Amino acid sequence: MAMKIGADQFKERVDKGIHDSFMRGAVAGAQDGMSTKRRNATEELGNWEDWRSHGEEIRQHVLENLDYYLEQLSENVAKRGGHVFFAQTKEEANEYIRGVVQKKNAKKIVKSKSMVTEEISLNTVLEQEGCEVIETDLGEFILQIDDHDPPSHIVVPALHKNKEQIRDVFAEKLGYEKTSKPEELAWHAREMLRKEYLSADIGITGCNFAVAETGSFSLVTNEGNADLVTALPKTQITVMGMERLVPTFEEMEVLVSLLTRSAVGQKLTSYITVLTGPREELDVDGPEEFHLVIIDNGRSNILGGEFQSVLQCIRCAACINVCPVYRHVGGHSYGSIYSGPIGAVLSPLLGGYDEYKELPYASTLCGACTEVCPVKIPLHNLLHKHREIIVEKEGKAPISEKLAMKAFGLGAASPTLYKIGSKIAPAAMNPFTVGDKISKGPGPLKAWTDIREFPAPNKERFRDWFKNREKGDKK
Amino acid sequence: MKVTLFSTCLVDMFQSNVGKSSVELLERLGCEIEFPESQVCCGQPAYNSGYVKDSKEAMKRMINTFSDAEYVVSPSGSCAYMFREYPHIFKGDPIWEPKAKQLAEKTFELTQFIVDVLKVEDVGARFEGSVTYHTSCHMTRLLGVKEAPTILLKNVKGLTFTELPGKEQCCGFGGTFSVKMAQISEQMVDEKVLHVEETEAEYLIGADAACLMNIGGRIERRGKPIKVMHIAEVLNSL
Repeated sequence: MAMKIGADQFKERVDKGIHDSFMRGAVAGAQDGMSTKRRNATEELGNWEDWRSHGEEIRQHVLENLDYYLEQLSENVAKRGGHVFFAQTKEEANEYIRGVVQKKNAKKIVKSKSMVTEEISLNTVLEQEGCEVIETDLGEFILQIDDHDPPSHIVVPALHKNKEQIRDVFAEKLGYEKTSKPEELAWHAREMLRKEYLSADIGITGCNFAVAETGSFSLVTNEGNADLVTALPKTQITVMGMERLVPTFEEMEVLVSLLTRSAVGQKLTSYITVLTGPREELDVDGPEEFHLVIIDNGRSNILGGEFQSVLQCIRCAACINVCPVYRHVGGHSYGSIYSGPIGAVLSPLLGGYDEYKELPYASTLCGACTEVCPVKIPLHNLLHKHREIIVEKEGKAPISEKLAMKAFGLGAASPTLYKIGSKIAPAAMNPFTVGDKISKGPGPLKAWTDIREFPAPNKERFRDWFKNREKGDKK
Repeated sequence: MKVTLFSTCLVDMFQSNVGKSSVELLERLGCEIEFPESQVCCGQPAYNSGYVKDSKEAMKRMINTFSDAEYVVSPSGSCAYMFREYPHIFKGDPIWEPKAKQLAEKTFELTQFIVDVLKVEDVGARFEGSVTYHTSCHMTRLLGVKEAPTILLKNVKGLTFTELPGKEQCCGFGGTFSVKMAQISEQMVDEKVLHVEETEAEYLIGADAACLMNIGGRIERRGKPIKVMHIAEVLNSL
């Protein structure tokens, strides 16, 4: 699976989303639940705004000094006996990982949840290589057995499914015969997965934060699956986006607190695993061989530009959980593994405007995303920035809209034109007006009146009333 | 106190009652109102759609129009916020950035002005009815006016106030979003109408004509018996 999901056009995807009442019920319920938990967990700290500022500062500092910290990280991983590979493209990353698989003659691979491996389509590459790839995060596992259904949320990938649908998938694909109780479903998956960890040749993980000073990396989970993926197979490959690092453990602690509270409303998740290099002499478990693959795949183009702040993202999905557009269309409508506000900013940057030009417009610029972001990414401003580029640099806006905006620009800048326009508006709209409203508007107004009434322009504008009143004609 | 009214183009053309109420209300609170005729639109519809260059002429026009004003007051949180954005939009422009900054600093939304500048929390209004209040996104999140409207409403005699469930959720207007992404906008406004109905209030009150045009237009289309009013009209009821 690549970053792009599905072959449908944006409008078709949205239409499907809006008519999927199961998905919408699941998403609305999850949004309400997760937002409440997040709010409680952040208020509990008492000074959440200070935490956010601190988080922003850390992320900005890392991005400003990314070359330094990446070098430090690489040196320290190598010192501990690990291998580091810096991949500029997804092809380079996949090629390197394929090389490790071939060298190890690996047949079975267990994975813990990783968005960046989705971004580079790693599973497809490994399967083409003849490997059996098993996702061990419960959400990812559900999607994998459901014929590789794409993730619809970056933290809760199977958010679009309710428990009855999951039971049906288990019954159809795994011969599951029990109820839709989450505990029973999870237990069934755990039993199956336990055997796979023990017989896997390679474990592949993502990375929440790498620590430059020690060459360590951390994994944040609630299921403990990442611990088994890193403890049992002889070879481990960790894949990380090049921006996902911190200078020391001190900063990691801040960011993990911001992450778990923002993502799932927990003080800490059940497991926060930190690992450094391959197994050492006295260690009882851990891999014999450790590879760290650091991925650029378009990120360095974002660095230093007007969208740099998007690289501050710690993938908590708080923005997705409050987004009113995501609420009604669901994650698959975005056509990218990165959905919601962060996806609408990031996808056009990584995948181009041709593919994702609608996403920046799938927002009312209500600012809910910006308000909750734990590292203060100005998401709605970045969406606006995309629009500006699409209109003024890419020239991808529809001609009718360009003309309308040109006319608007002229009218709004010229009081005379505005005065004439607003004066004749009631007469111009008269054929469409019934009583004091317009129910079937012409031109661009049609999209409005298909859904709602539009008020008829006032015969006496406010400015006329004011002028008459000034003349002593007080009403 | 001299107040220069920035009526907004929507109010000027479609909701003149909101303008009238704002004038009468502010006068009752001791202000002297001016309305410069050369004001047009703040440029927001084009700006938010990405037409930054095309919208800048309108912004310059507005900056000049209000250059002599002591206080600029607008019955719209979103349009007032647009003035507050001007300094960012003209950042680095040696002529327009300082002028934009001056305008931004003296611009207030109506309820914000009454509570924060005039220091009035009870305007002496009387309004018989049960109401709920829609918190517009730009006004609360971007302009940062969260308390003023409810403080004023709760002090209106005869009025019973019910909080709107899911009040932090956008109504689905979003300027050109409402027609560009009409299908999504419809779902959003429908959920908003549902929440308004849940309160069983007779009136939906708001402080932004655009949101009210959206929610009100949908309420009317669906034949719901809920009346929609701007907060200026309620505060001007005696």
